[in-house]
Amino acid sequence: MGERVFKQHEQDRQGTTDTEAELQPKEHDPIKTDLDSILDQIDEVLEENAEEFVKSYVQKGGQ
Amino acid sequence: MATPKVCGIETEYGILLSGAEVDPITASSLIVSAYKDSSWAFASFDASHESPSRDARGVNLDDYLDPVIDSKMINTVLSNGARYYVDHAHPEYSSPECATIRDAVLFDVAGEFILRESMNKANERLPEGVRIDLYKNNSDGKGNSYGCHENYLIDRQLPFAKLAAFITTHFVTRQVFCGSGKVGHETPTGVVDQSGFQISQRADFFEELVGLETTMKRPIVNTRDEPHCDPQKYRRLHVIVGDANMSQFATYLKLGSTALVLSMIEDGMFPQHLLIAHPVHAIKQVSRDVTMSEQVLMADGSRMTALAIQTELCAAVRAYFETSAYCGLTRDEAHDVLLNWEQTLHDLATEPHALAKKIDWIAKMQLVDGTKKRHSLSDSDSRLKAIDLMYHSLDPKVCLATKLNLLHMFDDETIAAAAQQPPDTTRAFFRGRVVDKWFDHIVNANWDSIVFDVTNRPLQKVYMNEPLKGTRELTESIINSSTSIEELLALLGQQDLPSSTL
Repeated sequence: MGERVFKQHEQDRQGTTDTEAELQPKEHDPIKTDLDSILDQIDEVLEENAEEFVKSYVQKGGQ
Repeated sequence: MATPKVCGIETEYGILLSGAEVDPITASSLIVSAYKDSSWAFASFDASHESPSRDARGVNLDDYLDPVIDSKMINTVLSNGARYYVDHAHPEYSSPECATIRDAVLFDVAGEFILRESMNKANERLPEGVRIDLYKNNSDGKGNSYGCHENYLIDRQLPFAKLAAFITTHFVTRQVFCGSGKVGHETPTGVVDQSGFQISQRADFFEELVGLETTMKRPIVNTRDEPHCDPQKYRRLHVIVGDANMSQFATYLKLGSTALVLSMIEDGMFPQHLLIAHPVHAIKQVSRDVTMSEQVLMADGSRMTALAIQTELCAAVRAYFETSAYCGLTRDEAHDVLLNWEQTLHDLATEPHALAKKIDWIAKMQLVDGTKKRHSLSDSDSRLKAIDLMYHSLDPKVCLATKLNLLHMFDDETIAAAAQQPPDTTRAFFRGRVVDKWFDHIVNANWDSIVFDVTNRPLQKVYMNEPLKGTRELTESIINSSTSIEELLALLGQQDLPSSTL
């Protein structure tokens, strides 16, 4: 009891509301860098096999 | 007064076997049976079940399987009080019933842990080049859907027609924060379009307002009346309309907001001007509007956006919370759910991108849009659908939700512990601990009963009709001090059956 699971003001807003972060050059935006790095990883994996993977993903008999 | 909102989530996982031709029931059996090798306890679940059938084509996997994959092994009760089995050609994990929203999220995440362990163990046994992958999603993008069902304890006195009419508003519009996002559009009979992005995985599959079906002509409100507890007092609302969430925050808000709206309906405080005119149409309309700007036709002829409906619903719950002594959850938890619900709706209206660590469809959409933009891809490029699927993978090397490092409620240790130990504050505690200690004396277990095999006596059945009894507080000392089933039953006052309630 009493534990706040998600406190209202504990949100991750890096780079969006912090004035200092807004003044930094865009390439240092942590969210953007984070996202770019994931997009890089996606590129590496998907370059060749995306179509085959999507085609093979077939599910039967669900609720 | 509202009924305590005991709740839980059942999830059917998507399963993909590559490198061999095996039917999905056998592949699912492989997954569930792989888990029994672990040190954790199992007992049989008392229910009818499908028999695995093997596909004779392709690689013969028999040499790599357990000597027997039989029904006992694919329909089990775990030491955390959950049910783990093969259902409709998918591995399914039904979490133990939980008395708090926080626990319900934890035991849903523990399910992911269990399925991941199962996947790893199964893959260790498979021949080179053969592999099983699991996905916590709800659609294959080809017209096939599988469920993530929520369950809530409801007062039997509440007329079902009233419950169904009122809760529909929440089910149609809550997807703005608990949708998992999907590339493409489907119908239950196939693909309509492989392009475009929508908020919900499941919305495409709902064809009726109210009904009993779960696999065809799916209804927004499911009427399955199987309380798994005292049917005179309770109903179990079986919710089939939701998406499986990768975000723990989204699961928390989905369960918490729904529990509070249900309590508000029980207490007669639902704002009746918030009824939607055509819910089956509206659920798809809301799902396909990622700008959240389209207006839904209300029963009174007015028009409102899904966000505006949610904002009014949330405000009504706030008023209900302020004026009621009890809202079905502890005061602190109800308050926490409300604060997060209010903040999320505010963020959705003002800066939705700020929710990319909390809301699945927003997190997924930024990956789809980012990749599309980076390579100038067409809307129907397979890479975009692949991203959709990879977001839900249980393999951390592939899972895009993991790579995004979504907001966490629990650390790894807590999750691993919840895979083995039951929640403290429901009858799942008794079920899990007894399965752990005496699994070899349990003939079978169900949500509301356990059958023990006691030497030189008929089988002994213990009933558990009250979800909020059988808790740690009520039963731990009895379980710990008993050195045999006979002693346990004696201490429970169960020697002379047939019945008693824990």
